[in-house]
Amino acid sequence: MVEVSAVEISGVDKAKERRKTLSDASEKSEFVVFERVQKSYDGETLVVKDLNLTMARGEFLTLLGPSGSGKTTCLMMLAGFETATHGDIFLAGRPINNIPPYKRGIGMVFQNYALFPHMTVGENLSFPLEVRKLGKSEREEKVKKALDMVKMVGFEKRRPAQLSGGQQQRIALARALVFEPELILMDEPLGALDKQLREHMQFEIKHLHERLGITVVYVTHDQSEALTMSDRIAVFNDGVIQQLSNPDDLYERPENAFVAQFIGENNRLKGTIESLNGKIVHVAFDDGCQSKALAVNCGGKGSRTTLSIRPERVALGWDEESNTTRGEVLELTYLGDHIRYRMNVHGNPDFVLRLPNTSGHAELAVGESAKISWKSEDCRALDP
Amino acid sequence: MSDSVNPILAADGTPLKKKLGQALFRSRVQAFGLVVPLLAFVIVSFIVPIVVLLWQGIHDSRYAELMPGSTLALSKWDGITEPTEEMYSALVADLIEARKQKTIGKVATRVNRELSGTRSLFTSTARRAARLAAPYKDALVEVNVAWGEIETWQAMKVASRVYTPGYLLAALDFSLSADGTVTRKPENRRIHIKLFLRTLEISVVVTVACLFLGYPIAYLLSSLPLRTSNILLILVLLPFWTSLLVRTTSWIAMLQAQGVMNDLFVAFGITGDDDRFSLIYNKTGTLIAMTHILLPFMILPLYSVMKAIPPSYVRAAKSMGATDWTAFWRVYFPQSVPGIGAGVLLVFILAIGYYITPALVGGQDGQMISNIIDFHMRKSLNWNLAAAIGLVLLVIILALFWIYDRIVGIDNLKLG
Ligand SMILES: Nc1ncnc2c1ncn2[C@@H]1O[C@H](COP(=O)(O)OP(=O)(O)O)[C@@H](O)[C@H]1O
Ligand SMILES: [Mg+2]
Repeated sequence: MVEVSAVEISGVDKAKERRKTLSDASEKSEFVVFERVQKSYDGETLVVKDLNLTMARGEFLTLLGPSGSGKTTCLMMLAGFETATHGDIFLAGRPINNIPPYKRGIGMVFQNYALFPHMTVGENLSFPLEVRKLGKSEREEKVKKALDMVKMVGFEKRRPAQLSGGQQQRIALARALVFEPELILMDEPLGALDKQLREHMQFEIKHLHERLGITVVYVTHDQSEALTMSDRIAVFNDGVIQQLSNPDDLYERPENAFVAQFIGENNRLKGTIESLNGKIVHVAFDDGCQSKALAVNCGGKGSRTTLSIRPERVALGWDEESNTTRGEVLELTYLGDHIRYRMNVHGNPDFVLRLPNTSGHAELAVGESAKISWKSEDCRALDP
Repeated sequence: MSDSVNPILAADGTPLKKKLGQALFRSRVQAFGLVVPLLAFVIVSFIVPIVVLLWQGIHDSRYAELMPGSTLALSKWDGITEPTEEMYSALVADLIEARKQKTIGKVATRVNRELSGTRSLFTSTARRAARLAAPYKDALVEVNVAWGEIETWQAMKVASRVYTPGYLLAALDFSLSADGTVTRKPENRRIHIKLFLRTLEISVVVTVACLFLGYPIAYLLSSLPLRTSNILLILVLLPFWTSLLVRTTSWIAMLQAQGVMNDLFVAFGITGDDDRFSLIYNKTGTLIAMTHILLPFMILPLYSVMKAIPPSYVRAAKSMGATDWTAFWRVYFPQSVPGIGAGVLLVFILAIGYYITPALVGGQDGQMISNIIDFHMRKSLNWNLAAAIGLVLLVIILALFWIYDRIVGIDNLKLG
């Protein structure tokens, strides 16, 4: 069913030619391409700065970033509702800067769902088929199929206002899928749902993606949502992609201090590089102590750096192989499966340590000075 | 567990339903207390005067009160046969009394409405009534031969009715005769129906023109950033800052034969210097000036409704493959209908009762029904007819409102 592609819908012969000349492999891996794209709304500030991005066909890519970082703007440029101030966007090998939105054949799910309030669910779903001049029986069949996909058969006659938030979300999804686009854009589609429903829908969307083989660009500011769903995540900040990689790399191997801080919980320690020894650097903290760390994104000898350590990679007690130090326990929070300790380590009072709540685990008291350690590979020296 | 068998009790033992009723009653009384001043004001200054005025359209007791004897005699008369001596003697008694009370002028005016020329007949006869002696028929005919004519008596019979459909019939260009039959007025005296139709026509044209001019402007305003649209909205409201009279008279300067528009037409060679368009003191003038004056009433509700339509709807439509036009027509337009409904209703109802603009720039054929009501209120002083015309206008508006509710639905209307 994914064979009715955006290209055929637009019916541009030239594009078909172009597609033929592209080698199959590159067409598959370069389905969506942003090339040096910049965007400014007011002519003074760049909302998107020099965006370069390549997406493969069938990929689930998430744009993740704090609000105002330019994610929606990127999506709108791809959908054709905003024009890039500079640079080119390619879809299936064709530049699409001058193609109007309705010819792009891209499905979209909006944050507020944008279900047409004056139409029933059935009419909403058959709208994209009507504008494609499909026959009545074919329309009904496809609408039914789409409703079946989101488990909403039997709701055709309802108005959007008569549906719950979760149901509206499913209908919005079905409406974006019903005309079988190859590419679907979703702008914070689950933002209005409660936590439980949101997690449930995350899996449903993920499964639909796998089943249909469509390409999805997903926008969210929720990092756990991004980690759960995506093949790859582009972390946005300030109109720039900070890091583009798969979820585990993003969490375990952040390339800069922003990503380390934005994804998951993170301990930051500031220091100066003392010496460089291959991949390992010696860093001196401001209190004089030292630690070894993995050189990832830091300058040479004498430059400032931020060390990033995940809380679960910090161990209690001293270990010969590791970097060792002491921390004063400031606060402890009981979280059921684990206990979270906030400590003052090398002048950082927000250093967090997480201990699994196993039987016979060590117990610390507030005010106690505890011995802690971490491996050099788990400690990443990043930009200051 | 039905509450008649086992009512749920509140903490103090009273049934919950009763308790709730008490609580709601208090808040209702409070709410009512808030609207009492306005309610009193509206009743005293608006509803009572309107009801009293409209009442006059079907109720006229002037003749019956001032000439009680002849009213009784006339009511027994069939209106066709010769007037009896009893009627003549009752008339003379009434005339004497009316002259004494100095009310004869009112009586004369009333009968004169039914048959013109009878005013002086009444006043002059009343002056001599005291000196007349029986048989009164001969005596009266001697004073004036008109007393022997049956039309005079028929006019008196019509005038003596307290509850009369006569004014309403007159408002619809019919006349009521003494024996109760209804006939259409002769062609050259049918003016009201024509005026009603013209009023409807002008109102419809003005409403449609406002819609077509206002819709794109409201659309533009709603799609602009808030700061720009606020400035433009002030321009839309600018006409409200000057008086209606000033605006209307400025249209005279624009549209008259030697006015700005005609000078431009001549300058651009659209028309000759001695062949200027007559744009004012006719229906064209009324249409142009009224459209201008009522335009903000269309734009404002449209704007407030359009402002509330999120752009994501049209974007969603386009992403699904709808062209700009399809997205507008199938998705945007239906959602702006409540604004159209409110604007159309507002402009139409304002237009149908419009008065000052047609009076100033309407000339002969640009007059509307309100102008004739004004004429009867202030010039001919026939308040009863004015009230009857007003009543007909009210019925027409209510009927149109009902049709509107049927087609558009009154709940499908949004002012903001
Ligand atoms: N239509 C617009 N006009 C002007 N500025 C805009 C517009 N849309 C977004 N912006 C600005 O661009 C920046 C990025 O916005 P957006 O792409 O919506 O961010 P995100 O979706 O990541 O929250 C914000 O600072 C926002 O104020
Ligand atoms: Mg956004």
